[in-house]
Amino acid sequence: MAKKATGKTKTADKKSYELFNRDTQAFIYNMQVNATQRMLDFDYAAGREKPSVAAIVNPTGSESLQKFFYGPKEILVPVYKSLGRAADKHKNVDVLISFASFRSAAKSAEEAFEIPGIRTIVLIAEGIPERQMRLVNAKAKKLGKVIIGPATVGGVKAGAFKIGNTGGTIENIIESKLHRPGSVGFVSKSGGLSNEAYNIISRNTDGLYEGIAIGGDRYPGSTLLDHLLRYEKDPNVKMLVCLGEVGGEDEYAIVDALKAKKITKPLVMWVTGTCSKAFKTEVQFGHAGAKADAEAETADAKNAALKKAGAIVPHSFDDYAEKINETYKALVKKKIITPAPETEAPKIPLDFNKALSAGVIRKPASFISTIADDRGEELMYGKMTISDVFKKDIGVGGVLSTLWFKKLLPPYATKFIDMVIMVTADHGPAVSGAHNTIVAARAGKDLISSLVSGLLCIGPRFGGALDGAAQQFSDALDRGLTPQQFVNSMKQKGANIQGIGHRIKSIHNPDMRVTIIKNYVKKHFKSTALLDYALEVEKITTSKKDNLILNVDGVIGICFVDLLRSEFTKEQADEYIQMGALNGLFVLGRSIGFMGHYLDQKRLKQGLYRHPWDDIAYLTE
Amino acid sequence: MAQKAIREADGKAMMARLLTDYTDGKYKIQNRFVSVGPETELKKLPNKYKWLQKEKLVVKPDQLIKRRGKSKLLLLNVDWKEAEKWIRERMNKPITVGTVTGILDHFIVEPFVPHDEKDEYYVAITAQREGDAVLFHHEGGINVGDVDAKAVKLFVPIGETPTAREIETKLLGNVPKERKALIAEFIEGLFKYYADLNYSYLEINPFVVDGEGVTPLDLAAKLDDTADFVSANKWGAIDLPAPFGRMMTREEAYIEELDSKTGASLKLTVLNPEGRVWTMVAGGGASVIYADTITDLGFMEEMANYGEYSGDPNEEFTYLYARTILDLMTRKKNTKGKFLLIGGGIANFTDVANTFRGIIRALREYKKKLQENKVKIYVRRGGPNYKEGLNQMRALGDELGVTIEVYGPETHMTKIVSMALKGDK
Repeated sequence: MAKKATGKTKTADKKSYELFNRDTQAFIYNMQVNATQRMLDFDYAAGREKPSVAAIVNPTGSESLQKFFYGPKEILVPVYKSLGRAADKHKNVDVLISFASFRSAAKSAEEAFEIPGIRTIVLIAEGIPERQMRLVNAKAKKLGKVIIGPATVGGVKAGAFKIGNTGGTIENIIESKLHRPGSVGFVSKSGGLSNEAYNIISRNTDGLYEGIAIGGDRYPGSTLLDHLLRYEKDPNVKMLVCLGEVGGEDEYAIVDALKAKKITKPLVMWVTGTCSKAFKTEVQFGHAGAKADAEAETADAKNAALKKAGAIVPHSFDDYAEKINETYKALVKKKIITPAPETEAPKIPLDFNKALSAGVIRKPASFISTIADDRGEELMYGKMTISDVFKKDIGVGGVLSTLWFKKLLPPYATKFIDMVIMVTADHGPAVSGAHNTIVAARAGKDLISSLVSGLLCIGPRFGGALDGAAQQFSDALDRGLTPQQFVNSMKQKGANIQGIGHRIKSIHNPDMRVTIIKNYVKKHFKSTALLDYALEVEKITTSKKDNLILNVDGVIGICFVDLLRSEFTKEQADEYIQMGALNGLFVLGRSIGFMGHYLDQKRLKQGLYRHPWDDIAYLTE
Repeated sequence: MAQKAIREADGKAMMARLLTDYTDGKYKIQNRFVSVGPETELKKLPNKYKWLQKEKLVVKPDQLIKRRGKSKLLLLNVDWKEAEKWIRERMNKPITVGTVTGILDHFIVEPFVPHDEKDEYYVAITAQREGDAVLFHHEGGINVGDVDAKAVKLFVPIGETPTAREIETKLLGNVPKERKALIAEFIEGLFKYYADLNYSYLEINPFVVDGEGVTPLDLAAKLDDTADFVSANKWGAIDLPAPFGRMMTREEAYIEELDSKTGASLKLTVLNPEGRVWTMVAGGGASVIYADTITDLGFMEEMANYGEYSGDPNEEFTYLYARTILDLMTRKKNTKGKFLLIGGGIANFTDVANTFRGIIRALREYKKKLQENKVKIYVRRGGPNYKEGLNQMRALGDELGVTIEVYGPETHMTKIVSMALKGDK
């Protein structure tokens, strides 16, 4: 491939043994926000000029731009729907890091094979069918591509390029000195252990040059030996460190390479799984490939063979670090390694959420909430879990009292709330709120618009009598006015008493709704002080006119004051009334009716309503 | 997630059902294989399978036991009455094969096929890194011996299928001329069947050639169970039994069930419930190294369990996992005391503080039992949030009144093993 005039295509500059350098860019297959951010954090710590992720391929999403941090700044990383699209736009990219699941990982590799520019394919998924994987491996070999994985965390080239989640947190990366290159080439199967090995290497040598975890499956795309041979060719690598594993015969390929002098750099190697002799029946270790089917596959046999072939094999994992340290010191002494002066990694700002959870920072919250919590295992209403809400059968009244008054009121009270909601649910289609809802519904508006159109009518004249009655009566009682004085004072002001009077009903033809509530309250309430007062007032008003009875709005408002004053301090009770809790009760109840009217109109397929001209007196003259 | 052996009865029934599709209908194997498990009602079988009372039969245990003939676990040429009696005598009884003892609880019953020894052939297909190897020998049966040395091999690169002609020239040199085509086409179909159904191992020893047909007498097979999502429909309802003699304890079965419920990994094998050294190690690789180190220090006999947790299990799962181990290790006291190694390398993405919270919850619950059993706890771990996790562990020691020594990445991963066990012997 011809080199681009812009000089951006560094791929062509890479030596055969070099998979990554400080300019290498990758595609991430599947939306992996955390892994991508970790790569970018590494890039910034390593002082890379441009991020190592060129783009994300998200087959199930749509094309977009995704925001990430690059040190303290924010950058945008493009997201494409297909690998082909991404490759068209970013010709320099030669690495694909596929986070596709075990179901589609092989397919993602097949897609990558179609793109000549992609040379290295990392498969993270565990559990790819072995036959699929063997086919992928064979094709990769034919096309000269390098596969890392499957079932791996990836690998890292210190100070240059990091695959996905390798190395863990940025703190660990800097502690293990992965932000700048050392002299050690490392390879193992296990991703978890490679991170441990980077720690060991950083403490006992001048640091890691490159580390790869080939993955724990039976048929890894590249083998331990493949990477050791790359390190052997790479003049920057001065010593080799490797961790093998019980099961399979890959380690014998290393033995053969040692014997054939294909590996000449010092190799410190340990094969884990020497414990397998302790197990009477076969034990499947953590990795799929880790199972000795024959004597030669045991860790003991492999360690002995490696030692015989010239590898530096410790006595056990305990002195692995010592052997690495001894080997390194010998190389320094021979001046094969000259440790470079330490470079400081630029500080990466602490992630806000991480700092918060670590208790390092605090910040005043913009919002406070004290009535419900959805963060835990179960939704909480106040102090009650949603399962208790049903177990204790607290009903709508109980839920309302918990969320509105932060207290589960006793059953007599919650039942009263239920009654209020039931009684206020509707008052026919002719009242102004319902009428508005019907008109809006017929204008083709949706449920919420129609409902709100009705609710907006609620105020001093419509539905407001609850609030008004509660306030006027309790004010009079609190000021110590006798019922007669109260009636007189209202008359002097020329004002109607809220909650008194009905269009049709009268003392001889009582409103059943009022009777039901009155009886219930008389029977169950702890105190009926205000109701008693109101009934005295009613006696006076009805003596003047038959229909000046305590109406339904009045009885509800007044009894609600009695209820609140029994369950809360007087101040709290008054505050709830002032805040509009009583009004809320009416809004809540009547919403049921409004929505009923809305559904009714829709069901009846009623057309647009237009008020007739003849019903409007046009007095424009 | 790996290569898993299947029962002979399942393997043969699958073959009877599907091989014909891979041989253009040329090879038909009759599905006359009955699987008998502990729940099977023997009395009802002859009604369901009429041939049982018409034919002479063969009965064998069907539990992944090798060389059954040599262990006298084979009953040949009997009628149903004898077969039934033989099974009844052995069902749910322990038996020792070689060094392994297990309970017999699965048998296969099939028709006895009278034949001459010279009609027995050996064939096996086995997966290798770059392809599959077909092994053939013209003298099959229980005396086939070392097939690796004796059998003729044909290597088939992955993605290719051998032709009958190729099989005939490369493998069937010692087969009588008149049988070559029959066997070659059988193996050709068998290979397609093996590949398409994601087998990783398929051995038929022997299969018998008589007249126009081929009959598999003894079959052993492994499927790649990661291919479940591709092949499950064709596999049908099959068992993936544990190796013979590997009886799962209740706790092991419980952990396996937990493991199947999470994307993370939870593994437990109890090696010696009375052992004094218990481990709770994070990571598939690290857990093996801890077991190595314990063995290496001469505590092989005292090693109570092997297990690991990894892949960022949530607090609840680590709690349940830890509780299971604590329960096991505090059942029987030992005057010499016990050790619990909560080990692990430096995690890539597992949240250490989170997983430790689950372990700590379990440790608190077992406070009294840990004291009574004189348990000493050693902790070593690194990774995301490890400082917080380690601090919590340190604080817990005082709270529980139990020795808890806590180390981070500055201490070599397996150092806690020697710190714990040094001076114990």
